[in-house]
Amino acid sequence: MKVDCTVEIQGHIIDSLTLPKIMDTILDLGAAYTIKEIKIGNDKTNVSYARLNVFADSHEILDNVLDNITKQGATLLEEKNVTLGECPKDRTLPDDFYSTTNMITEILLNDEWVPAGNTAMDCAIVVDEKNKKACCTKLSQIKKGDKVVMGHDGVKVHPLRKHEDKSIFTFMGSEISSEKPKSLLINKIAKRMQEIKENNEGKILFVLGPAVVHTKSRDNFIKLIKMGMVDYMFAGNALATHDIEADLYGTSLGISLEDGNPIPGGHSHHLRAINKINQQGSIRNAVESGVLKTGIMHACIKNDIDFVLAGSIRDDGPLPEVITNTVTAQCEMRKRIQDVKMTIMIASMLHSIAVGNLLPAYVETVCVDINPAVVTKLSDRGSFQTMGLVTDVEAFIRDLVCALERIAVK
Amino acid sequence: MTKILMCPPDYFSISYAINPWMKVGENSDPEKAKKQWETLKETIEQLGAKVEAMPAQPGLPDIVFTANAALVYKNNAVISRFKFKERIPEEKFYAEWFEDSGYNVTYLPIGMSFEGAGDALFLNDTLFSGYVPRTDIHSHTLISKLLKIRVLSLELRDSRFYHLDTCFCPLTDGYLLYYPDAFDDYGNKVIENNVSENKRIKVSEEEACMFSCNAVNVDKSIIMNKTTSRLRKEIENKGFTLYEVDMSEFLKSGGSCKCLTLKLD
Repeated sequence: MKVDCTVEIQGHIIDSLTLPKIMDTILDLGAAYTIKEIKIGNDKTNVSYARLNVFADSHEILDNVLDNITKQGATLLEEKNVTLGECPKDRTLPDDFYSTTNMITEILLNDEWVPAGNTAMDCAIVVDEKNKKACCTKLSQIKKGDKVVMGHDGVKVHPLRKHEDKSIFTFMGSEISSEKPKSLLINKIAKRMQEIKENNEGKILFVLGPAVVHTKSRDNFIKLIKMGMVDYMFAGNALATHDIEADLYGTSLGISLEDGNPIPGGHSHHLRAINKINQQGSIRNAVESGVLKTGIMHACIKNDIDFVLAGSIRDDGPLPEVITNTVTAQCEMRKRIQDVKMTIMIASMLHSIAVGNLLPAYVETVCVDINPAVVTKLSDRGSFQTMGLVTDVEAFIRDLVCALERIAVK
Repeated sequence: MTKILMCPPDYFSISYAINPWMKVGENSDPEKAKKQWETLKETIEQLGAKVEAMPAQPGLPDIVFTANAALVYKNNAVISRFKFKERIPEEKFYAEWFEDSGYNVTYLPIGMSFEGAGDALFLNDTLFSGYVPRTDIHSHTLISKLLKIRVLSLELRDSRFYHLDTCFCPLTDGYLLYYPDAFDDYGNKVIENNVSENKRIKVSEEEACMFSCNAVNVDKSIIMNKTTSRLRKEIENKGFTLYEVDMSEFLKSGGSCKCLTLKLD
């Protein structure tokens, strides 16, 4: 749907059947609509009100729809330009600034629709009037003198329309349940990943928690890297530390990955691993010098996978590549997210929520966790596009690799 | 007592064609028209209603159709805004009459067409209002807010029945005389949702073309142009008395009994 407009209808539109008639007319003429607002009169003498967004594939269709529905009582709403306000100092917005959603947004700037770049929720829209550009900007990045969008006038948000979405979302639905047939879902995810790669639709981002190492899923994840299914990897200090620990000591958090038993002195392995890397100066140096021979980090460096490791207060070390300034880490993640088409979040509540907050709604997001509450939490915090898969991460990654291998064989 | 506004056909003629019934060159007979109009007036008066007459105006042949003067509700008169330029000059004379008669006169925005009681008829406390051929549906919302009344919109889809009063006639005790095919499915649904089946009297295409719906109702009496024996029987079965008055000269202009009258109460 390429063109759209907003119309309003008021009067006794429910009992006159004017509203259903207009809706039917829109659909009959090959366009579509979403209801933006509806107020029903609460007695016989009170009028009702509805505001609809009408979408069509061409101006001809839209004009034809408008010709018809204006006769039936719809009124085309005039579009207003955005109002801009100036930021008084760094990291400070004027009151009544427009706060973004994670959906594609456009602004009407001097009678021209301009897309707001870097779609993300909880941002202000910084406008460059001279170059006709607009960009969703986090509070931390606001500079004194920036011009930002105020109020709601001239802001158009494009909602996700599920019926048009041919992705796995239509298949999976949004409910989170451990009762869903996993293999079916995983096959669909694999197929979709393959499509994204084949059609060059965008990048695939993985967000990993340390359970990937604890559950001995490293080898299967490395297979995903080698298949070319991983473009970006976001994780924390723990995933990298335990991955390196596994390579250097054969343990993950002191537990043997061979027999699952604790190793004497194993509790210090993660610290010793970090220390080894520090001796080399960085994970990259450790790979290049041959100190680090296998593992996820090793595969990322060897296969040029762009990764961001973001730190937290609990971290030991941390490793040299871990970004400890959260604002810097957020910026690094946002830089990479712009061309991401699909995100798979595995076994990391904090990193999943953090990345979820940065993702535009059009990014197909799969959250895999043994705990359904993680997926629910992600959705509750606004990343409603997330589809949840409640399962063991080791089983998920293994099945995903198998599914991709089957597709490759075919 | 029912009060009705009429205007004598002193200058009535077919000078232009703004509906499918009007054919320039097929003029009406002035004497015959005058006689028919007077018979209608007398019949109304005999039924106990009071007729108020406003003066005719030279050059305005259709001012005779006072149904299109305004919508009258309590002491309010919402003056018509005619769709066709030929009838726009009538607005001023109707407005003057209502102003002089002490009504609270309201004007809709210029350019928003609304043709008075020709397209707006009360059935109980709901105003049914026609739209598309002559009246802009957007006027319905304004009228609803202005008069604080429920207005139900009905699209007229047959150009022969260009005003609501040519195909929809509310009667005493909640009865309705109407021609269903003049409305689309939505309109028929609205009518069916608001008027119970035993109160609906449907007319056929033949009867509709005889302007059977364009009737004047005074209490339990109905005055209409000639109609079929079938409809007469059905109307009488509902307890009404039917009076047929020949309106042939006005039919040439696409109007009949109801178009020539405007109820003032």
